[in-house]
Amino acid sequence: MNEISTIVDVRGVDVELGGRRVLTNVNFKVESAEFTGLIGSNGAGKTTLLRMMLGLISPTRGEVLWPTNAREERRVGYVPQKVTLDVDVPLRVRDFVALGDDGHRYGLRRRTRSTWERVEEMLDAVEASALGERRIGALSGGELQRVLMAHALVSRPELLLLDEPLANLDPGATQDIVELLARVRDRQHVAVVLSAHDINSLIGVMDRVVYIANAHVASGPTEEVVRPDVLSALYGHHVDVVRVHGRVLVVSGDPMGPVAAHPDLVVE
Amino acid sequence: MFSSFMTNAWIVGTLVALLAGATGFFVVLRGSSFAAHAVPNGAFAGAAGATLVGVAPLWGLVSFAVVAALGIGASRRHRSDVATAMALVLMLALGAAFLSLSAAYEPQVQALLFGEILGVASSSITTVVLIGLVCAAALAVMFRPLIFNAAAPDLSAARGLNPTLLEMGFMLTLALGSALTVPVVGALLSFSLTVGPPAAARLLTRRPSTALVGSMALSVMTLWVSIALSYATNLPVGFFVGTLSAILYIAVRAATQLSARRA
Amino acid sequence: MHWLFEPGLWSNVAVRTGMGVGVAVAVVSALVGLFTVMRSQSFAGHALADVAMAGGAGAGVLGVSPLAGFVLGSLAGAGAMEAIGVERVRQRDVATGVVLGAATGLSALFLYLITLNSSSTGSTQLILFGSLFSVSNSTFLVVLALSVLVVVALASLGRPLLFASLSPDAAKARGVAVSRVTLSFTLLVAVTVGLSSIVIGAVLSTALLIGPPAAALRLGRRMSTTLFVASMLGVVAVLLGVVLSYDSFYWWSSHRALPVSFCVVVLIVFELLLVSLYRAMSRRRERVVV
Repeated sequence: MNEISTIVDVRGVDVELGGRRVLTNVNFKVESAEFTGLIGSNGAGKTTLLRMMLGLISPTRGEVLWPTNAREERRVGYVPQKVTLDVDVPLRVRDFVALGDDGHRYGLRRRTRSTWERVEEMLDAVEASALGERRIGALSGGELQRVLMAHALVSRPELLLLDEPLANLDPGATQDIVELLARVRDRQHVAVVLSAHDINSLIGVMDRVVYIANAHVASGPTEEVVRPDVLSALYGHHVDVVRVHGRVLVVSGDPMGPVAAHPDLVVE
Repeated sequence: MFSSFMTNAWIVGTLVALLAGATGFFVVLRGSSFAAHAVPNGAFAGAAGATLVGVAPLWGLVSFAVVAALGIGASRRHRSDVATAMALVLMLALGAAFLSLSAAYEPQVQALLFGEILGVASSSITTVVLIGLVCAAALAVMFRPLIFNAAAPDLSAARGLNPTLLEMGFMLTLALGSALTVPVVGALLSFSLTVGPPAAARLLTRRPSTALVGSMALSVMTLWVSIALSYATNLPVGFFVGTLSAILYIAVRAATQLSARRA
Repeated sequence: MHWLFEPGLWSNVAVRTGMGVGVAVAVVSALVGLFTVMRSQSFAGHALADVAMAGGAGAGVLGVSPLAGFVLGSLAGAGAMEAIGVERVRQRDVATGVVLGAATGLSALFLYLITLNSSSTGSTQLILFGSLFSVSNSTFLVVLALSVLVVVALASLGRPLLFASLSPDAAKARGVAVSRVTLSFTLLVAVTVGLSSIVIGAVLSTALLIGPPAAALRLGRRMSTTLFVASMLGVVAVLLGVVLSYDSFYWWSSHRALPVSFCVVVLIVFELLLVSLYRAMSRRRERVVV
């Protein structure tokens, strides 16, 4: 059952938005139960890439293949970067999570006991069981983040896409969420694609990195991508990769000018 | 108060209030009060047009409400409030022109705008029940998608829900419902039942199903009290419906805020 | 020009006064309306119109001038909305709806009382759909004075309002009293709605407030040209509407004229459609060039 298979295969994709080329010749694969980090600075096109994978934006060239038919059969979970929820909306957290399972279905099927059990299981998996009875509009940012994950997981997806789930979290919370995702990946056997602008919090768990810069993409195992030659080719100018205290710093290494850290990749 | 000619008023009124409460739950949830206000005015124009041409009012009510609803639904993407406003005034102006061309009597105009619940004929009960059932079925089918789309539009789109289709479906239901409520509580007031009671109900509960049932219950209560007061005082039902709905919402809001502060 | 201007149009005093009032109100509505559209407050603007209707009807019951009723009613409605009012968009939607609902309830009561107490017919239509031709000279002067007042107030409020509309937080940081600016603007909308209720009636005043600015916003890029175009569109609609309405008296053998308000509203919708069509066509041409 749990054999390795390709879930999504992005082949030679270009994306243009409003006449502007946002992504050029993007190639990468996501295998089952693999943890992929989508790394790039703000505005690099991470959200665009995720939305393209979801089918919300169509590529101008190339194709996205789904060998296991996961998208067609709605086995893809998505956690957007920002969800604006109406504060007064009469929905408990568990109602909202259940909508991840049947919210897109017309008709009034009764939810079975097993649906509710799955809802509780997922809330438990993201360590948010205590939130079940709360009003969805009354959650804090970190709580909502977990609930959104449970919402995405409840339909038992093969692939979970998360758009910048670590932004706006303090370092401790960041580590919690990353470890939580790694555990979820192992237990639910789900592939995780997570976008972030800082690579460091993901280094321990990441099987593969998809690095976006300058509208181009380099992908592969972390140690094969986060190298001076690969990244320099991507950025179009010389870049150094410095390892300090087990952390990676990508610094702009223009030999003619002062060495300046790449603003978005420096660790705080 | 419960004499035979009043029986129809009670029955039809209750059905209308149930429907308004159910539709209103979604109207408030989706933040589409303005559209909910505009669509019944389409029905008003339709009724006035039907009077002018001399066909059964129901046809005018339904067709104009549907046209208004589709017009608003189609342009919902950008600057929806402008489109809604223009659809609204165009429909009202058409209604006014039809009425002045047909030289309708003042009470007729008032009845269309503010309702004439005591004048509901027994023959219309079947129609009310039929249309009501269709609307209820439509809302039931769309129940979860409507909630999902209202709570988190991005997520629902990512899950493959077509927002335009959903909006159109909802607006059509709203139109059909308006065709039913306008002759009873009038174009301007069918709106009051659609916003006040549902907005109050959702402050009282966190569960969507309870909020829906509560909204219908509050709506029916508002209408019953209004009919009774109207009967007792001889003042128009619409006056009580409009003011009681507002008072209900304001009272519930004040109460929940007070209890939240104490907790 | 006889095919357009039926005999007696210009010699009619009521028509001339009506046109004067119409022009003044069209300009004020366009200026205030532009901000209303930019702030996506069409619903609030319309709700104020319905409160103005209750005010007008109340004035009818008391036997005072409808203009006073329209303006005072609308102002009271603005106060009520601000009192219930909340910052979040969805809640604002509900608060506006509740005030609107209560106002229509009051209108129902007042209009009913009017039909009970007076033998004069047509007051419902008059309050709802306007009475441009029955504006007296003294009312005309009051309308003119209030219009000037609104324009002056809007001019002094303009910059902070624009700032607060585009980015409330940045405006706050720069020391703009955002809530006070917003409240002042709502009061200006209230007065404007009251004024235009006289011209095309309470429930239709939204047309003058929203239509011309929405059309102008699709044409102009600069604030000053947009304001000018909006005013012009409003004025043209009102003047042409008056002429059409006057002429329509001769169209049918029954001699039932189309209401002025109907003609004005139809013309405004027509303008908006025309502008949208023009925009769509010029955009397509741009795309072909690129």
